[in-house]
Amino acid sequence: MSSVTDSQWPVWEVFVQTKSGMPHKHCGSVHAPDKEIALQNARDVYTRRSEGTNIWVVPANAITASSPEDIGPFFDPSNDKPYRHPTFYEIPEGVKYM
Amino acid sequence: MENTIQLEELFDAKLERGEFIEPKDWMPEKYRKTLIRQISQHAHSEVIGMQPEGNWITRAPSLRRKAVLLAKVQDEGGHGLYLYSACETLGISRDEVIQQLQSGKAKYSSIFNYPTLTWADMGAIGWLVDGAAIMNQVMLQRTSYGPYSRAMVRICKEESFHQRQGYEIMCVLAKGSPEQKAMAQDALNRWWWPTLMMFGPKDAESSNSAESIKWKIKRETNDELRQKFVDRTVPQAEHLGLTVPDKDLKWNAERNSYDFGEIDWEEFWNVVQGNGPCNKVRIENHVRAHEEGKWVREAAAAYAAKKAKAAQVQVA
Ligand SMILES: [Fe+2]
Ligand SMILES: [Fe+2]
Repeated sequence: MSSVTDSQWPVWEVFVQTKSGMPHKHCGSVHAPDKEIALQNARDVYTRRSEGTNIWVVPANAITASSPEDIGPFFDPSNDKPYRHPTFYEIPEGVKYM
Repeated sequence: MENTIQLEELFDAKLERGEFIEPKDWMPEKYRKTLIRQISQHAHSEVIGMQPEGNWITRAPSLRRKAVLLAKVQDEGGHGLYLYSACETLGISRDEVIQQLQSGKAKYSSIFNYPTLTWADMGAIGWLVDGAAIMNQVMLQRTSYGPYSRAMVRICKEESFHQRQGYEIMCVLAKGSPEQKAMAQDALNRWWWPTLMMFGPKDAESSNSAESIKWKIKRETNDELRQKFVDRTVPQAEHLGLTVPDKDLKWNAERNSYDFGEIDWEEFWNVVQGNGPCNKVRIENHVRAHEEGKWVREAAAAYAAKKAKAAQVQVA
């Protein structure tokens, strides 16, 4: 039986914008030797039914992500600042457009 | 050790709350292994599944049917890629999963080890095989592993055309000449039982089932899904005027479901163990296609390296 020892190429994460005005959304990854082929592979794999108006491909190893274990301390600073929300403030009744 | 117990409690609590597990989250080793096995097998099934239908692309009876079949087979390749991508998030390389397929270590759905003898098989596969796959995949949209679930949502959106085009082929044949109708019936006769086997061993004999349910990897058992499939599909066969090849099949008003005959489990295990009519040729084709594509991969890599070097020189 053969063995697969040749390269499967680097991994690129794929982000697709589904409509103009919408944010790009992560939808999976592809393997490709360079950015041009990464784009073409992403088009073939993730937009076979015109699901996209624009595609970003990013080398997977260029992405830095926060780690799930730190979810508490990492996002903590924003939890005790309710004054960042409009409902924190009292406005007299009858005042409009605010 | 204590740490692991704590982490496991957090993990269980997360599942309990109906939250998804994401790639960087802590997970029990067995959960990871089970997922790698299941997702890679699922990916291999999509890819190997291109062969029995690919067999008929050049012989499709009309340009419309040819375009449709080509698009369907291309979709299955895409499904394989979504799933390999999800599998890689668990820390296994593409290289390794392909190696496991080619060496026979990893399995794929046994249904694809049966030959496609006539054009009617394209109808029966879309209708029955994709129909059964949809049953399973709709459930997996709610699987607990985030990347797997998201891949399933994409796949399910694309699958319904697969089943409908197959049923359309069956409709045309079933309403055609006596020879065409006989061809449709023959295809149903050959694909019915292997399709029921797609749901896997009976719950009582399925070793991984309980754990997969506990971890919410699976949401319904093999027998539940199989029953659901039979209940939905039998009326579709009646609509075609075709006969399901099971003399024990009969409506059970009490259960509000069909009773059906016993699956030939000996045949099932025999095909799983590699002795089906096409096991050998499916893997041989995969290996050959992979080897014949080697020079393309190498050339693309060399071109990318050369361009990267040129860009460096320009910067300097
Ligand atoms: Fe598929
Ligand atoms: Fe399909």
